Amino acid sequence: MPGPDKETDLTERIEAFLSDLKRGGSGTGPLRGSAETARETTALLRRITAQARWNSAGASRGSSEEADQQESLHKLLTSGGLSEENFRQHFAALKANVIEAINELLTELEGTTDNISMQALEHIHSNEVIMTIGRSRTVEAFLKDAARKRKFHVIVAECAPFCQGHEMATNLSKAGIETTVITDAAIFAVMSRVNKVIIGTQTVLANGGLRAVNGTHTLALAAKHHSTPLIVCAPMFKLSPQKTPSISLSLHMRFFLSLKVATFVNVHCPVFDYVPPELITLFISNIGGHAPSYIYRLMSELYHPEDHEL
Amino acid sequence: IYVGSFTEGPGYKDVIERAKSEGRELTKEEKQRLRKEKKQQKKSKEKKDDKASQDGEKQKKPVSSASPAPQPPTQAPTQKGDSVLHLSSPPVSRDCNQSAVSPSAPPAVPAPVPVPASETPPPGDKPAKSKAELKAERRARQEAERASKQGKKGEVGQQVATGKPKAPPSELQPVVKRLPEHIQVDNPEVLKKLAKKLERQQIPLRSDYGYKVSLFSHLHQYSRKAPLTQQLSIPSTVIHPAIVRLGLQYSQGIVAGSNARSVALLHAFKQVIRDYTTPPNEELSRDLVNKLKPYISFLNQCRPLSASMGNAIKYIKKEISNIPSQCKEEEAKSKLLTCIECYINEKIILAAKAIAKSSIEKISDGDVILVYGCSSLVNHILCEAFEKNRKFRVIVVDSRPRLEGREALRRLVQRGISCTYVLISAVSYILPEVSKVFLGAHALLANGYVMSRVGTSQIALVAKAFNVPVLVCCETYKFCERVQTDSFVSNELDDPDDLIVTRKGKTQLEHWQDVTSLGLLNLVYDVTPPDFVDLVITDLGMIPCTSVPVVLRVKNVDQ
Repeated sequence: MPGPDKETDLTERIEAFLSDLKRGGSGTGPLRGSAETARETTALLRRITAQARWNSAGASRGSSEEADQQESLHKLLTSGGLSEENFRQHFAALKANVIEAINELLTELEGTTDNISMQALEHIHSNEVIMTIGRSRTVEAFLKDAARKRKFHVIVAECAPFCQGHEMATNLSKAGIETTVITDAAIFAVMSRVNKVIIGTQTVLANGGLRAVNGTHTLALAAKHHSTPLIVCAPMFKLSPQKTPSISLSLHMRFFLSLKVATFVNVHCPVFDYVPPELITLFISNIGGHAPSYIYRLMSELYHPEDHEL
Repeated sequence: IYVGSFTEGPGYKDVIERAKSEGRELTKEEKQRLRKEKKQQKKSKEKKDDKASQDGEKQKKPVSSASPAPQPPTQAPTQKGDSVLHLSSPPVSRDCNQSAVSPSAPPAVPAPVPVPASETPPPGDKPAKSKAELKAERRARQEAERASKQGKKGEVGQQVATGKPKAPPSELQPVVKRLPEHIQVDNPEVLKKLAKKLERQQIPLRSDYGYKVSLFSHLHQYSRKAPLTQQLSIPSTVIHPAIVRLGLQYSQGIVAGSNARSVALLHAFKQVIRDYTTPPNEELSRDLVNKLKPYISFLNQCRPLSASMGNAIKYIKKEISNIPSQCKEEEAKSKLLTCIECYINEKIILAAKAIAKSSIEKISDGDVILVYGCSSLVNHILCEAFEKNRKFRVIVVDSRPRLEGREALRRLVQRGISCTYVLISAVSYILPEVSKVFLGAHALLANGYVMSRVGTSQIALVAKAFNVPVLVCCETYKFCERVQTDSFVSNELDDPDDLIVTRKGKTQLEHWQDVTSLGLLNLVYDVTPPDFVDLVITDLGMIPCTSVPVVLRVKNVDQ
C-alpha cells in the first residue's frame, strides 16, 4: 500500500508538471515539443495509475484532474467490458490492464518520429526545393532522413517573433542540406520556385484542419495559389477531437516593443493559426499517409465516441 | 564522261533531256559543267556587249580610217570559226557586217583561250586597246553596280529612317534596350565593363558580400558595414560633397522610401547646379549632363536606383539638354532650378494632395484599415482623413528585419489615430476584422504588376482570400515601362546580416558564414499580380491595375 509520502510526492509531481506546461506556453520556460509533452503526460499517468488505490473505474474517473486525453483513455479501456455507465463493478485486473495499455502507448510514442522519417524517401525526389516554417522536430528528422540519400534544397521561413526557424536552419545545414533562411514577408515572393511545402503542426483537428504555428495559414494560401502541395507531418497522438479552435485557444502575449507609444497601442501576437482542410494536400503520420478527408475516421478509431463532441 | 562531247549548239540541253528521260539526276560533273557554262555565257554576254561597243568603236574607226576597214571582216571569220565551238548562239545583229558575230564567250572551258587568241591575230595595238578597254569598262561597270547597290541600300535606309518618325513614337519603339548592369552580376564581361567605366569616372567599385543564394546570383549583395565612402578620399575632387552625403544616407538606410529618396536626390542635384560653372569652350547643356553621369554611377553603387529616381533623372537630363546654347549661364541655372522645384511640387506634393482627396471618398466611418510598413503617401492619406473627421482605426502590419511599421505607428499615434500593431505572420489572424487594405507602391510596372516592399504581395493574397478590398496608392511619376512577372529577375538584396537576431540569449545564425550550406536571403522588393489589387489611386484618378500602359502612353505623347 503506498504511504502518504508517496501520495504527496505524486501531487508534487503533478503540480510541477502542470506549472511546467503553463510556463512552456507563456514563453518564459522551455518550449517543449509535443512528443515530449505527450511522453511525460503518459509517464505521469502510469505513475498515478500504479500508485492509485482504486480498483474500480468509477473511483479513478473522479480523482483524475489531468488533461482530456487521459480521461478519454480511461473511457476507451473500460468501455470494452462494460455496457452502460456501470463503473461501480469491482474489476481486479483493471489496474494491470490500464498500465499495460499505457505502456503500449509509450512505446508507440517513442517510435513515431522514426516511423514518419522512414517514409521520407517516398515523398522527396532529388533537386527539389522544399519550404518549411518555424521549427518542427518531426520535419527536421524527416528531412535529415531524406538527405542521407537525396540532394535537395530547403527554404526555412523564420517565423517571427521567436524565430525558431533559425535553429531549424542551423540544424539542417549541419546535416549537409542546402538551406536558405527567409523572412516571413518573403514567403509569397519565393513560393513560385518551391516544389513542396512540408510543415509540422501542433494539433490536427477533427475536420482535417490544423492548429499550427502562426504564419502557417499565409504559407498555405501561398502554396494553394501556386498549386504547390502542402504536406503535414503529424504523428497520431496529435489528433484532437475538436473541430475548430476558438480564438481563446491562441495565447496572446505582449510582444517586446520598446516603444514610447506602446502604451497607446494594442499589440496582438497570436501563437497559433487555424489552417482549413481545403488548403492541405496530405497528412503523413506514423501509420502512413492520409488525405485530410480521412482524418475523421482515424479520430473515431482513436477516441471514445463520447469524446468526439468536446 | 561527257567531257568532249559538246560539239553542237544545243548539246548540253540534250544532256539534260537525256538525263530527264533516263530519270536520274545530273551527275556532279554534269552539274559542274552546267555551272561553268552558265558563267561563261554571262561572260560572253558581257564580252559581246564589250565587243559590240568595241566593234562599234572599231566601226567608227574604220569610218575614220581606211586601214582598219578590212579588220572587222577579218575578225568576223575568225569569230565565225569560233562559233563552231559555241553551244548557244543567240543571234546578234548589230550590223550587217557583224551578223555572224556570235557571243564571244565560249561555253567550254578551253574556249576562252581561243577568243583572246582570236583577238590577237588582228594588229597588236587594237587588241591591246580592246583588252585594256574591256578591262576598264568591266571595272567601271562593277563600280557602277557597287555604287548603285549602296545607293539602293542608302535609299532603303533613308526610307526606314524617315519611316520611323512618321509612325507615332510610342508604337514603333525599338525593343532591344541595353540590359541594366545591376541584374547581370553573373556575367563577368558586364562586370569588367562596369569596372572600367567606374575607373574612368574615378569612382570606387563596391564588392559583393557573403554567400549569395543561387537563385539570386545575378544580383548584387552588399554589406552595410562597408559603405562606399570609406574608399573615397575626403574631400573628393570628383564627386560633389552633397552627392557623397546622399550616397552615404542611401547606403545606411537613413533616407529610405521611394518619395524620400527622389526628393533628396533632386535637392542634391539642385545644390550641384548651384555650384556649377561652365568651363570655357564648353556648352552648359552638354557639359552638365556629363558632369552628372559619375554622380549617378556613384549613387547607383551606394544603392541601386529606384524607378522613381530613374524617372526624375531622365527628366532632369532632358531639361538640361533642352537649354538653348545662347542662354547665359545664370539664366540657365535659375531655369533649371525652377524646373526641379516644379517637378517636386507637381509630381510629389500636389499629387499626394490629389490622391488624398480621392482616397478620402473611399474611407467611411467605422472602417478598420490595414496598412503595411511605412508608406509616406498612405500615412499622408490617413492623416488627412482623420483631419476631415472620419472615424476609423488602423492596423499596422510590420515585418522583420526592417521593422518600418514602427515609424508609421509613431506618426499615426502622434496624430491621435487609434492603432493596432501586428507582425506579418499574424495577418490571417487579424484580417477578419479588417474592412480595407491600403498599400503603397515603389513602382507600377507596364504589365500591371505592383512592385513594392517585400511582403506586400503576401498581404494582398491573404486579403483576397478573405474578400477584403485592396487599394494601392501610387503617384504617376513612379510608373515604369519595365515588365516583370516574378520577384527574382530584378530585385535588390539587402545585407544578409540583418536577419541575425538574439532570442533568449542565443544567436543561432551568428556564424552563418562558416557553415557552407547555409544562406540568408534578405529581399527588398516583390511584385504583386494585378488580380490581387482592386484599385489603384493615382493623381490622374482611380484606375484599375491594367491601365498603367495607357497612362504611360499618354505621358509619352504629352512629352
